[in-house]
Amino acid sequence: MSASKGLHPEAAIGPIAVPAATPAWRRGLYLLVGIAVALAPLVLLESFHLFQLTMAVIMALAVLGLNIVCGYNGQISLGHGAFFAVGAYATAILMSHFDWSFWATLPVSAVVCGVIGYGIGFPALRLAGHYLALTTFSLAVAVPQILKHKSIEDWTGGVQGLFLVKPDPPAGLPLSPDQWMYVVTLIVAGACFLLAWNLIRSRIGRALIATRDNPTAAEAMGMDIASLKTRAFAVSAMITGIAGSLSAVAIEFVAPDSFSIFVSITLFVGMVVGGVASILGSLFGGLFVLFVPNIAEAISKAAPGVIYGVILILFLFLLPDGFAGLLRRIGQRLRIRP
Amino acid sequence: MPALLEVKGLKAGYGPTHVLHGLDFRVNEGGVTALLGANGAGKTTTLRAICGMVRTEGAIDFLGQTLQGRATEDIVRRGIAHVPDGRGTFMELTVEENFRLGAYTRRDREIQADFDRLCGWFPRLKQRWRQQAGTLSGGEQQMLAIARALLLRPKLLLLDEPSFGLAPLIVQEIFGIMRRIRAESGVGILLVEQNANLALELADLAYLLETGSIVMSGIAAEIREDEAIRRSYLGY
Amino acid sequence: MDGLAHQIVAGIATGGIYASVALAIVMIYQATHHVNFAQGEMATLSTFIAWSMIQAGMPYWVAFFGTIVVSFAIGVVVERILIRPVANAPVLTMVGVFIGLLLIIGNATGWIFGYTTKVFPSPFASDKPLFGGLVSAHELGSTLVTLTVLVLVWAFFRFTRLGLAMRAAAYNPRSARLVGIRVGWMLALGWGLAAAIGAVAGMMVAPVVFLDPTMMLGILLYAFAGALMGGIDNPAGAVLGGFSVGVLENLAGAYVVGTELKLTVALAIIIGVLVVRPSGLFGRVVLSRV
Repeated sequence: MSASKGLHPEAAIGPIAVPAATPAWRRGLYLLVGIAVALAPLVLLESFHLFQLTMAVIMALAVLGLNIVCGYNGQISLGHGAFFAVGAYATAILMSHFDWSFWATLPVSAVVCGVIGYGIGFPALRLAGHYLALTTFSLAVAVPQILKHKSIEDWTGGVQGLFLVKPDPPAGLPLSPDQWMYVVTLIVAGACFLLAWNLIRSRIGRALIATRDNPTAAEAMGMDIASLKTRAFAVSAMITGIAGSLSAVAIEFVAPDSFSIFVSITLFVGMVVGGVASILGSLFGGLFVLFVPNIAEAISKAAPGVIYGVILILFLFLLPDGFAGLLRRIGQRLRIRP
Repeated sequence: MPALLEVKGLKAGYGPTHVLHGLDFRVNEGGVTALLGANGAGKTTTLRAICGMVRTEGAIDFLGQTLQGRATEDIVRRGIAHVPDGRGTFMELTVEENFRLGAYTRRDREIQADFDRLCGWFPRLKQRWRQQAGTLSGGEQQMLAIARALLLRPKLLLLDEPSFGLAPLIVQEIFGIMRRIRAESGVGILLVEQNANLALELADLAYLLETGSIVMSGIAAEIREDEAIRRSYLGY
Repeated sequence: MDGLAHQIVAGIATGGIYASVALAIVMIYQATHHVNFAQGEMATLSTFIAWSMIQAGMPYWVAFFGTIVVSFAIGVVVERILIRPVANAPVLTMVGVFIGLLLIIGNATGWIFGYTTKVFPSPFASDKPLFGGLVSAHELGSTLVTLTVLVLVWAFFRFTRLGLAMRAAAYNPRSARLVGIRVGWMLALGWGLAAAIGAVAGMMVAPVVFLDPTMMLGILLYAFAGALMGGIDNPAGAVLGGFSVGVLENLAGAYVVGTELKLTVALAIIIGVLVVRPSGLFGRVVLSRV
């Protein structure tokens, strides 16, 4: 083991490789630069583009949720749009019917989605690979219909949906609601990415990956696979649900037809293109699914779908570890050269 | 006697690891060659290599033409029938359908006659004609596998441990059939066997494999008589 | 009472459509152990091709058989180009390729033919109610067409040399090669056949649900439900499952949940079957002795 480590450091440590500890002051510097880069759009972009960037970060967060259960734990979900919808509706209902503040709805939305995710995680345990994909796909197809149903119309607003208003920036901050929304999104998404980062690098994260790669061996080593998988589903649903909450206030509107199967498919495409089982990849995925369709829509209404499909297949054929994997390889090559 | 199959410097393996390290052997026309050796010596891999089921290096000539680099189905269509380990029976299909698949590549009019002839050789298969092959006993499945292979009208028959896991009486019956094949059909046989005594009795040439190399070869009858070889290599 | 009888008959008619699509899915599943999520989109594309042929002035049945041939070719080409290269890839990759296929075919259909809903003709005079209003001519005709297709497919697999070879290649590709079957081509043929069956289903359902690029999405869900109900590796079971789901859906729609939750019924059936009896109600038990 130690001999092989000496020969092939990357190969032996694999995807959970931790670079040699960076000194504290450099980490602090990276963090500052990161925050500066993240906040720069506040001054650089006007309202519409800032809104788009906000949505990109939200999509990245939703992709991150999917990546935890799908990428890291290997449970294929084609229905994460359902959690996105539940989160969005939880926030919308609480805000428009009960006048809750946005911040107060976040924990509720997280808990509701977490519980539903946990609940879905149980039948999912019995469904290997395709069966789970098929079931979650069916769930995603059925979502708009369920949201439209008469029995919950008083709550959901039926086909018309619900309107809501962006949270006001705190008094004293010289920010417009759009700018504040961007900051809110950054804070929430930042917290979730940090949570996911720590989770994946922890003992639990390694266990998730082990259960994906070799369930039999993981079980033989005493891991409780059932509990791991259901908890992964819960955390994953929670994160995607929070992204849904953010999207509801950012767009200031929810309606059943915004949550068709294509939300789920979009998240899946984002995950593959960004990088399966990569936290950074989720970020690329979010940027991709927001901006590529915008560019493609200039060609035709149908073009984004076709281009999505083509890019998805190209990535699967040529870059199966996505954008993040490509960057990682470029980085490695650069490091070897000097 | 002219060579039906001539193998020179055969190397093969799975992924980067080599299992065979350069084998030379031959099967004569109408002859029986036995490939002997312990578990893991590379016998099964040798048969797979001939059929193009693993990556190979070296020369494999069949009737003077190379098989190197050809797809399994093309090799089969040239007249090599393989009864693999695990027998290659279609468990979900009936005995009749397995027979029909055996003759899949043939277009001639003698298929039905061959069915009848083989049913005469294996009367028990005739009784189970419409049963799912998965319900047959181990011995019956082995018979079905051999019948299926012969229905191809092969020039060369590759047999991977036909006695494996079978009761001694059934083994006797199967080797009886193989003697009949040798005597009546002129098909060459490459036989992989752990039961060296039986194999040497049937074979004219024999090769002994150890960890991917041939350590001993010669006329089967002579090896059978050589007490030293028997003791040190064949263990009986 | 008449109402109930009509609901059941109408259920059988739509059930035939579900059964056909379910059969297409099961055929591909049996051969490759993958679920073709794009099966519905492929059928929609086929139906649009038929629509264009009819628009161009072809007689209905010429367009019908022409579409079957074209769809078969599309199925073969898709298998050769997109599915073959990833045949041994992990499940996630395969699912991704199917989703990519769904996106490409679905949106290309919209791109080429537009998103407006179109009327698709039925070859069966549809204004005359038959048997005292129990069944419409189209329901009867489309049921007969689907039954004919199912019987033809069954006979093909049961009695022909090629059908036997395709079954052998699906069950046991390694052994199939050893009897000289070109397994790769058998898979491509299976895709072609599945696409052709889907095309018939699309052409039979389009007069009822009207033709638009998302026409088959709900039907695909019901076909999944039917396939799972029958056991996803059992063609006969899938056909039975398809018919059962059709009847169940119609009865549930008429008497229990109303038409707004039809898709949810399909979802409930899928989850119910998978949780209670994952091998399906008619799941085949393979007998084997060592």
